[in-house]
Amino acid sequence: MSAVAGKAEEFKKLDVQVLSCSTDSRFVHKIWQEQELSKMVDGGVPFPMLSDAGGKIGTVYGVYDEAGGVNVRGRFIIDPDGIIQAIEILTPPVGRKVAESIRQLQAFQHVRATKGAEVCPAGWEPGKPTLKVHPDLAGRVWEIWKPDE
Amino acid sequence: MTDVKKPEGCVAAAAGPVSPKPAAASSTSIDPAREETHMHVTVGKPAPDFEAAAFYQGGFKNIRLSDYLGKWVFLCFYPGDFTFV
Repeated sequence: MSAVAGKAEEFKKLDVQVLSCSTDSRFVHKIWQEQELSKMVDGGVPFPMLSDAGGKIGTVYGVYDEAGGVNVRGRFIIDPDGIIQAIEILTPPVGRKVAESIRQLQAFQHVRATKGAEVCPAGWEPGKPTLKVHPDLAGRVWEIWKPDE
Repeated sequence: MTDVKKPEGCVAAAAGPVSPKPAAASSTSIDPAREETHMHVTVGKPAPDFEAAAFYQGGFKNIRLSDYLGKWVFLCFYPGDFTFV
């Protein structure tokens, strides 16, 4: 979570609300913030830390591990209409790469800003060419976009 | 009535997953609570709403996902505070 907190400014710039969620109580969140997170990240975690006691929310989201009694690493990008646009779920031993989440957010925001008229090819980053959705594009993507560019 | 804040109790009641519709009095025999835990999340579909107790800005408050409609939300589950990754 500290990795996400470290990118808090970038989330804020994109006007994205971060919510973190574990089965820990809000009291544990408070002490974690005070004892550790605030030493890892200047000012600590700036977003709400949610408590999912019993894993009820995690169960609905398909990330609750009953054997361990915890939520695994599940990440959901939800658009302003409340629609899930992206899901990433990892088992506990491997952490996420937050920069990739930010890239995906930028891509989804771009698509939404163009009302779906433009789409983002693999590896797209802001400033790189998008694809304009049109029947004429069929069979000609290679002219605009190549893998590993 | 005064504006005195209620002291924080040990347990904060939060609704947890919230069904889109209140348990409608219908003739179906499916228990709504049971149905809820079998809900599937899928890209392109609405994110199930919920209410959770939260620590935020130094204090405690309950937060609902639907409070953030109109904004992009990055919802992040993780195994536990004080873990190593």
